[in-house]
Amino acid sequence: MPPKVIPIFASQTAPSSGCGAKGGSGKSGCGSSAAPSDMSPEVWAKVKDHPCYSEQAHHHFARMHIAVAPACNIQCNYCNRKYDCANESRPGVVSEKLTPEMAAKKVLAVAAEIPQLSVVGIAGPGDALANPEKTFHTFRLIQAQAPDIKLCLSTNGLALPDHVQAIADLNVDHVTITINMTDPEVGELIYPWIFYNHKRWIGRDAARILGERQMEGLEMLTAMGILVKVNSVMIPGVNDAHLAEVNRAVKSRGAFLHNIMPLISDPAHGTHYGLTGQRGPTPQELKALQDSCEGSMNLMRHCRQCRADAVGLLGEDRGAEFSSDKIAALEVAYDPAPRQAYREYVERERRDQETARDSELAALDWQAEAAAVLVAVTTKGGSRINQHFGHASEFQIYELSGAGAKFVGHRKVENYCQGGWGEEEVLEDVTAAIKDCAAVFVSRIGLCPKKDLASAGIEAVDGYAHEYIESSLIAWFRLRQEKTQPIAASAA
Amino acid sequence: MPYKIIVDECTNCAACEADCPNDAIQEKKGVFKVDPGLCSECVGYFDEPQCVALCPIPDCVVIDEKLPRYAA
Repeated sequence: MPPKVIPIFASQTAPSSGCGAKGGSGKSGCGSSAAPSDMSPEVWAKVKDHPCYSEQAHHHFARMHIAVAPACNIQCNYCNRKYDCANESRPGVVSEKLTPEMAAKKVLAVAAEIPQLSVVGIAGPGDALANPEKTFHTFRLIQAQAPDIKLCLSTNGLALPDHVQAIADLNVDHVTITINMTDPEVGELIYPWIFYNHKRWIGRDAARILGERQMEGLEMLTAMGILVKVNSVMIPGVNDAHLAEVNRAVKSRGAFLHNIMPLISDPAHGTHYGLTGQRGPTPQELKALQDSCEGSMNLMRHCRQCRADAVGLLGEDRGAEFSSDKIAALEVAYDPAPRQAYREYVERERRDQETARDSELAALDWQAEAAAVLVAVTTKGGSRINQHFGHASEFQIYELSGAGAKFVGHRKVENYCQGGWGEEEVLEDVTAAIKDCAAVFVSRIGLCPKKDLASAGIEAVDGYAHEYIESSLIAWFRLRQEKTQPIAASAA
Repeated sequence: MPYKIIVDECTNCAACEADCPNDAIQEKKGVFKVDPGLCSECVGYFDEPQCVALCPIPDCVVIDEKLPRYAA
């Protein structure tokens, strides 16, 4: 049984967290995921509670999307506007559209129920800025009724330059632009048409106009100090080789974070790509592209590609609890106190977790030659190992090296435990999903799955139940290092 | 007079409603309809009918063959 991690203050010889000379966890660890050592206090203040802009925040804070913007002004080959299923989780999908008034009431209802709520975003199901009256009216209502909630929007960028001033006036300080190309020759393979200046444009002209408007909007936003995240859909054989160039283009224009997401192309969704057999990238291909872009910019690894009406922490969707008929029957009042108390709790937790991590990092022999190791973690949030193996519907994947623990993605699986019993077939899928991991960290696990995992070369670790993720992983990695290199191991 | 919306195809996204220069498109009980008395096929406004140009669904907004074409 590994020792419990006891949070203590880092000694004077402890290396600084983040991006010190020692490397911390490198650029990536500093960027979207770690301590604010490479971030100005102003930027950190903007992202620290935003689950989509900070990997760190996504363990603690919840978001909700309100589906007030059904119209769109472009067509993308990965989108089918007719498809809707309550069990389907992906961008552009929504079960019911809301009026601005209903949306504002829904925000109050969710805020009253979920103190973790920090951000409300408009992400469609069409394009937020193809519905400017609805989008901005909704934001005004929320700002008047629930001023402590941050506002955020997502757009394809075509209409963006026309609305930058309105965005700034409403204090929307996070905007996401989906940019899949800068080269119209690539763009014409992704966008069959756009609607611009009262005209439908097709082919290369459409892609050229869209690309120019996206870059113009991005420059205008960053010039006003508004944080911009760029989403790119990775489409193998179409724009995968081109996305490094997109990365350079958006970085040079001041984008804060780049989120390269895998194409979703299930034929059942009826999208052009789905129906023509265009495949999405493998997790390995996606990670390789993210890794190659990471040297120059913060990369988002924790995106769950959520629905345009998702509610809750990333990776969970409580939208069904807040349907229109339920909301309509509610009396809701604005009370920011529970959220304020929760934010204060998270601040304390974060300090504690950083201290625990840093003390483990200090003890880690970062010079020892040790190959990086992938491990999986089951968590219900709060940056803790606090979920039963059988209840996990996703695993968070961390890369452990001499530089520490770095979040590199997540893998979705079906729950292993169903109706109280483990399902053999599901366990096989789970094992396959994390087969490149050396260990899986859980709060609890049954003897049978533990044995099965062991025979697949995956160690099930339950000795850090309910402890902080990062410090536990580093402590485990250190023990492993010491076992393999007893002499090189440093005395902490 | 002539455009109509095929109800079974329409996703109720309301894009056409906002961009119609004649305010000829309205939602009633969750169904979007073109008022044939107001529709001018965008003649005199734009080169192409806006509702057709921006509708995300192919063949959702079509000419109503039962009615005569608009004459300016």
